[in-house]
Amino acid sequence: MGIADWEIVIGLETHAQLNTASKIFSGASTAFGAAPNTQASAVDIALPGVLPVLNRGAVERAIRFGLAVGGAIAPRSVFARKNYFYPDLPKGYQISQYELPVVSGGGLKIKVSLPDAAGEKFIRLTRAHLEEDAGKSLHEDFHGRSGIDLNRAGTPLLEIVSEPDMRSAEEAVAYAKALHALVRWIDICDGNMQEGSFRCDANVSVRPKGSTTLGTRREIKNLNSFRFLQQAIEYEARWQVERLEDGGRVEQATVLFDPASGETRAMRSKEEAHDYRYFPDPDLLPLEISPSWIDEVKAALPELPAAMKARFERDFRLSAYDAATLTASRETAAYFEQAATQGNAKLCANWIMGELAARLNREEKDIVASPVGAAQLAGLVVRVADGTLSSKMAKEVFDALWNGEGTNADALIEAKGLKQISDTGALEKIIDEVLAANPKSVEEFRAGKEKAFNALVGQAMKATKGKANPQQVNDLLRKKLGA
Amino acid sequence: MIDAGLRELAAALAGKRISSVELVTQFLDRIAGRNPQLNAFITVDPEKTLAMARSADARLARGEGGPLTGIPLAHKDIFCAEGWLTTCGSKMLSNFVSPYDATVIERFKAAGTVTLGKTNMDEFAMGSSNETSFYGPVKNPWDMAAVPGGSSGGSAAAVAARLTPAATGTDTGGSIRQPAALCGLTGLKPTYGVVSRWGMIAFASSLDQGGPMAKSAEDCALLLNVMAGFDARDSTSLERPAEDYARDLEEPLAGLRIGLPKEFFAEGLSADVAQAVEAAIAEYRRLGAVTVEVSLPNMKLSVPAYYVIAPAEASSNLSRFDGVRYGHRAPQYDDLIDMYCRSRAQGFGAEVKRRILIGTYVLSHGYYDAYYLQAQRIRRLIAADFSQAFKSCDLIMGPTSPTVAFDLGARAADPVQMYLSDIYTIAVNLAGLPGMSIPCGFGAGKRPVGLQIVGNYFEEARMLNVAHQYQRATDWHVRAPEL
Repeated sequence: MGIADWEIVIGLETHAQLNTASKIFSGASTAFGAAPNTQASAVDIALPGVLPVLNRGAVERAIRFGLAVGGAIAPRSVFARKNYFYPDLPKGYQISQYELPVVSGGGLKIKVSLPDAAGEKFIRLTRAHLEEDAGKSLHEDFHGRSGIDLNRAGTPLLEIVSEPDMRSAEEAVAYAKALHALVRWIDICDGNMQEGSFRCDANVSVRPKGSTTLGTRREIKNLNSFRFLQQAIEYEARWQVERLEDGGRVEQATVLFDPASGETRAMRSKEEAHDYRYFPDPDLLPLEISPSWIDEVKAALPELPAAMKARFERDFRLSAYDAATLTASRETAAYFEQAATQGNAKLCANWIMGELAARLNREEKDIVASPVGAAQLAGLVVRVADGTLSSKMAKEVFDALWNGEGTNADALIEAKGLKQISDTGALEKIIDEVLAANPKSVEEFRAGKEKAFNALVGQAMKATKGKANPQQVNDLLRKKLGA
Repeated sequence: MIDAGLRELAAALAGKRISSVELVTQFLDRIAGRNPQLNAFITVDPEKTLAMARSADARLARGEGGPLTGIPLAHKDIFCAEGWLTTCGSKMLSNFVSPYDATVIERFKAAGTVTLGKTNMDEFAMGSSNETSFYGPVKNPWDMAAVPGGSSGGSAAAVAARLTPAATGTDTGGSIRQPAALCGLTGLKPTYGVVSRWGMIAFASSLDQGGPMAKSAEDCALLLNVMAGFDARDSTSLERPAEDYARDLEEPLAGLRIGLPKEFFAEGLSADVAQAVEAAIAEYRRLGAVTVEVSLPNMKLSVPAYYVIAPAEASSNLSRFDGVRYGHRAPQYDDLIDMYCRSRAQGFGAEVKRRILIGTYVLSHGYYDAYYLQAQRIRRLIAADFSQAFKSCDLIMGPTSPTVAFDLGARAADPVQMYLSDIYTIAVNLAGLPGMSIPCGFGAGKRPVGLQIVGNYFEEARMLNVAHQYQRATDWHVRAPEL
């Protein structure tokens, strides 16, 4: 047997930090990067006597998520205490949701490669629940001691739990990317993975192909990049397969991924031997969400990527691929839509996915900060579509727009004298002159030398300083030569 | 002035017959003379007290005083008070100076009262005799060989000994009513949610409620007027219109239906207490009330249910005392776990440890359903019993405590015997109802007996009216111990 004889089964637990201004149970700011412990209020440091008060903004975001994934929003959910001791957990318990989460079910489609011909797979979600983040322990710079920074303590998180529906590291990454795009699309999380705003735990198990029972899983904690997610799952799956093929057993465990070595390592059993003693938090009333609140959130929800993709295919006659690429982020979709309603949609799509994407990528700019705005691009595309600009000229105009040499394509075309000559009368006159000046080429062409035709086209283009529409030059020449 | 009620004191202050500084000085002198014996105060800080009195005098001079401006009060050391040592009767917090005010403290400050000091209490409010305090037992002013009751024993002893005109207390299973009974005072535990718990160090969050302890029902009404009210910082605080708890004091009692639960007058009630309580009920009949027998069939389950729920919540609430951020930290330790173990082993007393162990056990995996969930079911049954009883009566009356104050040390070795001190009070907390105790005579050893009055939810004004009418007709509440 080898790895190809095994099926990998993966479920992800994703922590998305909700982009509320203040914490989930206190009024302290959630902004990243402040000096240690300057954003920790009395509640966050768990002084004696303090009490939590739920941030409605966090709940509103959870509802938004539930609606976006087609999950059920619980009319009544409960906050529970998860009890354990750790220095960066000031209360000695984390407030989370246990038995009754705010969102249940739902799911999202991901793009997959083989063997699914449709190229899409639906990943089911188990649940999503609200909870607070812990602080951070800092072990460097304290000479054998540890520092505790409680700025992050109490930051709102939505823990999104998938069913074990993924069968490869690629699928897991595709799911994580789709989820990442979605939480940003509905504006509940900034998605900043370096700052830990979006991080995944992967539950991985393997089983012989054809088996229907799940193998014993190990949970890889805290993967904060798509690359690490991919590497960690690949390593972990290989490790499990090798172990099983060697006649060993996989013990349920929590493991950490070391990006330096690319390996996973089990935590000491002491680190994970917890009985969390969950019970409903008596400081918080059950969270009640009325149908009218859900309706309010629904009304304010932006068009979702799947719906927008379908609409782009239908209304702008885009291919599934183009529509998917253009709806990868809400900003790109908005840019496209603005441009496409003013110009040729297919051409706009090509320009956005081609020249614009390359340029943005090269200069590390976001599309919202693009020097060439959607209206400007549309203006350019209009001139390409009507034949005013050749593609070479269009690139020149695009560069000029990017560099801020002008505010719109038409003005730049005028200023730079880039107008393609499409006036048949003017072109005919030039072609007549070219034919008169190059009798040798005309003769050669008539004798059947196709090369001579190209030479005549070249002369005509030269005579117009490249401004002639090459197609038109071709057509006119052939007409004149009676070909 | 030491025996005067709050209205009399307020009138003297308003009429400039005495200044707040003079009044406060009288009480500070009494504290200095008698506290060494009684041990009712943990912290007295005359400088702070006199500064508050001076500012109250200035406020009175400007004509901006309210009904309680300039009146001295003592606060149970469970309430966080900015700049004051706030110990909760524990070595764990023996170094904790609160950086903030509890809502109750904030409200009294706004009313212009003057803090005489912080009163002794059972450690983290766990006890019925004030013997579990790290700061040593409090003596009962009526008999120095007797306990004052607990956990608000310091507040009770201080009021009884006229070291303060009135005090605050908290009641989780009887901690206001039982010491009020044992020290011959009037004490009121409001409906759960009426007084904010913000800044009141949590013992069992779903049961804890602050309330007044004073010489009369009228004084309790005036104090509750300040203490009660919605607080957005406490999610279990109830949003209701403000009310004047003194408004019905003078209403006649004719037609009042008093329910007498047969379970309150059964085995376990000592004869001397039964006699005094029955005499009080006879007095009520003379005042125009009628009595009806009611039944609380599940009351016998209240003590076992309480000793599951309260320790469960406490085990979690007390997890924040880990030596990391404030409070006691062991001077020497090997590693993190050792620091936790030593700090908590040294910082907590035996009764607190017992309850943390019980609470941890009942929440543990495999025991949760059998203990915690079962106790919650009993809690609902008890609330239903009361609701049934209130269909045939306006108020319920019975003994507050099965015996008069017991001797210091008498029950210290037998926790179950100690827990039974609260057999009549605990059910009221489990149901979240308001309860009070008023003095109604003396029993064995000339120690005071308390009559318990239990009302339906939000019936505090009626209960105070009923207590006040009794106090107009009798003089038990004006008797003071000879010291």
